[in-house]
Amino acid sequence: MSGPGFPLLTLLVVLPALGAAVVALVPRDSEGAVKGVTAVASGVTALLSLYLLGAFDTGAGGFQFVSDHEWIASFGISWKLGVDGIALFLVVLTGIIFPIAIFGPHVHHDFKGYAAWMLVLQAGCMGVFLSLDLFLFFVFWEVVLVPMYFLIGGWGYERRVYAALKFFLYTMLGSALMLVGILTLVFLHAQATDSAVTFDLIALAEGQSVVGNTARWLFLAFAASFAIKVPIFPVHTWLPDAHTEAPTGGSVILAAILLKLGTYGFLRFGLYLFPQAAVDLAPWFLTLGVIGILYGAIVATMQKDLKRLVAYSSVAHLGFIVVGIFGFSTQGLQGGVLQMVNHGISTGALFLLVGMIYERRHTRLIAELGGLQKVAPVFAAVFMVVMLSSIGLPGLNGFVGEFLVLIGTFVTRRWWAVAATVGVILAAVYLLWAYKRVFHGEPTGENAKFAELTMRERLVMAPLVLLIVVMGVYPKPVLDRIAPSVDNLITHVEQHSDYRQPAVAVARGD
Amino acid sequence: MPIGLPEIVWSHLAPELILVGSAMVLLLAGTFFRDRHLGPGYAVFTLAAAAAALVATWALWGEVTGSEPGSGPRLAVAQALVIDGFGLFFTVVICAAVALAVLLSDSYLERERLDRPDYYVLMLLSASGGILMAKANDLIVVFLGLEILSIALYVMAGYQRDRPRSLEASAKYFLLGAFSSAFLLYGIALVYGATGSTNLGFISAFLREQTVTSGVFLGGMGLLLVGLGFKVAAVPFHMWTPDVYQGSPTPVTGFMAAAAKAAGFAALLRIFFSTFNDNRLDWQPIIWALAVLSLLVGSVLAVVQTDVKRMLAYSSISHAGYVLVGLQAGTVEGVAGSLFYLLAYTFMVLGSFGIATVVGRKGDDRHSLDDYKGLAVARPGLAFTFTVFLLAQAGVPLTSGFLAKFGVISAAVESGSYALAIIAMVAAVIAAFFYLRVIVAMYMSGPAAAGADGLALPRLTVPLGTGAALGLAVVFTLAAGVLPEAFLDFARHATLLRL
Repeated sequence: MSGPGFPLLTLLVVLPALGAAVVALVPRDSEGAVKGVTAVASGVTALLSLYLLGAFDTGAGGFQFVSDHEWIASFGISWKLGVDGIALFLVVLTGIIFPIAIFGPHVHHDFKGYAAWMLVLQAGCMGVFLSLDLFLFFVFWEVVLVPMYFLIGGWGYERRVYAALKFFLYTMLGSALMLVGILTLVFLHAQATDSAVTFDLIALAEGQSVVGNTARWLFLAFAASFAIKVPIFPVHTWLPDAHTEAPTGGSVILAAILLKLGTYGFLRFGLYLFPQAAVDLAPWFLTLGVIGILYGAIVATMQKDLKRLVAYSSVAHLGFIVVGIFGFSTQGLQGGVLQMVNHGISTGALFLLVGMIYERRHTRLIAELGGLQKVAPVFAAVFMVVMLSSIGLPGLNGFVGEFLVLIGTFVTRRWWAVAATVGVILAAVYLLWAYKRVFHGEPTGENAKFAELTMRERLVMAPLVLLIVVMGVYPKPVLDRIAPSVDNLITHVEQHSDYRQPAVAVARGD
Repeated sequence: MPIGLPEIVWSHLAPELILVGSAMVLLLAGTFFRDRHLGPGYAVFTLAAAAAALVATWALWGEVTGSEPGSGPRLAVAQALVIDGFGLFFTVVICAAVALAVLLSDSYLERERLDRPDYYVLMLLSASGGILMAKANDLIVVFLGLEILSIALYVMAGYQRDRPRSLEASAKYFLLGAFSSAFLLYGIALVYGATGSTNLGFISAFLREQTVTSGVFLGGMGLLLVGLGFKVAAVPFHMWTPDVYQGSPTPVTGFMAAAAKAAGFAALLRIFFSTFNDNRLDWQPIIWALAVLSLLVGSVLAVVQTDVKRMLAYSSISHAGYVLVGLQAGTVEGVAGSLFYLLAYTFMVLGSFGIATVVGRKGDDRHSLDDYKGLAVARPGLAFTFTVFLLAQAGVPLTSGFLAKFGVISAAVESGSYALAIIAMVAAVIAAFFYLRVIVAMYMSGPAAAGADGLALPRLTVPLGTGAALGLAVVFTLAAGVLPEAFLDFARHATLLRL
């Protein structure tokens, strides 16, 4: 199965898409068949992604499992997929979180449509993380929009249409600039090297034929798209709406996977293609990242709606990842990559729990909840673990990522790291306060009848809680796989820019 | 003075002859079978004519674009026509438009009790006029083609005689069209005055030998642009479009949007890119402005429409803007991009108006956004099909619409028109808003949401022919989006050589 001919990565993209097509063809009334097909498609994809994790060569920093086929030869476009340490865990996360998001929450109508769009979304996300061709990347980047739009608009809450539209238009505006950026880069590269037009990421990044001011503009064109997706303050305003109005499964995917597309884009394309420009503009992005951390945390504190609170907490957490990326230290980058995965797990789990609260109480308003710990202790315990992971308590996964980001950035960009650290405290403030209001005290009225976690819900939450603890206690296997690729990226940046990492920032092997 | 007849190789004219001949046969048949109901007989015959023209074109294609000696573009009928890949490409586009429009029209005419052969006669004549425009090597022939195309279309626009809107559309189209024809003719006269010929080959050679900057020539060029800009519905010559698109019978609107636009652009590309190439610095800024205006005005005004046909009319204006982006680049890649755009657009737009034909129901007047509410529940297949067309028009990847936009925008970027590329992409985002509005109506606001005014679930039937047309259009839109190589090749082989 690991032979060079086996198209593992292609399967990861194609299988969910195929599943979606089959689901679409199954008659609406045979729910069993829809569920079966969805389970097989998402389940096998999950297994394949785990197999990829096992077969991945830990020590290597380059792209593995590369599959390269001509697609639109006349434009120099190819179906080129590959995975490295930076993408690996995001791919695995995409593989395992989708079955959870599809089958975990209760879907109140038209499961067939929901499952089909979810599978299309999974194919798109896989494609973004695996693409090594700019055109292919852009195609997947845009394709992701459509299913998410329908998921929010079709299965969301009251203001879903508004939220879906806002999400679509915001993201598309960013992509518009990126497409022009991609094309400019491609043609300038072709002119500079006097070769045929190619969209191959590695060729373009190694060629480095665009430098100086042009590179800065192009970096900004790409960054516009990534910043909206992350989202970085001040282009984050679509996120609270989309998160709040999306159905639970949609919120889980938004938080766990879709927000990572932006930060992943910065790493894979921004830094790799335009190292000097990224270095030059880093202070701006660091500042925006720190503003996001503080702003997100403060606004989250003020929220009355539990789901909106979690949504704003994402703005803060993503700020940490941005700081880690633009700190340009080995540890900071490792922490950033790790934090992408961590945030996916813990915020995904938080959204699932908030969804369960809504299912039971039909409200998400913190003021209407209270005393749930008395009637549903297991529920409260699970919520506590997930929340503490989100706060960054040592021993849980959230700590490892944020800690690495902060010490890495402290070495290279001291004052930004200091400001960012305040965000850790603020996270404790808004989450613990929310926890107190929702779970402590005496339950009254409807809250007294709050049901405990069912067996099915326990099964949904178990793998996530397990990951939270395991990755918090023993993150080494994960970091070992991330590290070589991060080193490669830093070396690449150093080779092609005037940036030199201080020696003390280099993480020592063990 | 005796006028010698030029030597004519009839086989070179086969596609046009087939179309015109079939139109004549239909006209005669109409008188013979006046009182008998032939069912879909006329439609089938027209479809066969379009198919035969396509086969004839295919035969010529090999002869014209092949690599063996003796093949290559050739002039015909005393240099009045040129048989090249470019002309044949448009023959294919227009014949495809005829085929799809016929499939849509058959059940429509039956539904509206208008089933008469003269409709198909007009359509065939109009198509042959469009093809003539694409193959013209002489400004006079361009004018002839334009008139044949337009006059038939004026009549078709007013084909629903008992509907005032249809008559209004016809009258408006005719009056403004007559004006634009006059502009075109005056432009031809001025160009003739400046260069001494109406033959595109002569004009091109003349311009290459000497720099012509006289006001007469520039004025002629401008007037040609006005005349053709009217046909392709570029801003500021677009005023007629919303009313005519809204008022005309829906399948006619689809045909008009596809064929008239294609023919107009064929002439525009041949005259400006190929013939006036040496004066490109004169026309590029103007085309730039037209493109920007069309893109922005088209998409911004579409946003505020509540009538789907009107909205599609404005969107067709912004699509014209994209094709102009390809022309503005002034490169072979740009022209290839424009050609691919027009090919993709033909299927998208006829598909869209096909849906509007069905949803419009008897009387052809249910075109408001409200009429689309709950379509996803009532007819999921129809809603999905429309979604594909709308997303393709918005330029979402894996549809032909994305590659079409990609083609013209990459040509713009390659030629250094970064501002235009960015404007075009921003216009695409604005445009996405109104395509999404229709999707929202279909999927996210069921009839329950509209319940206040008692809208029932639309009860719609999709006739066989309409279904076939929609199926074809969807298959093409997706196929050209996923595996575009063959179509891109087709467009690239059809690009103009500089004469």
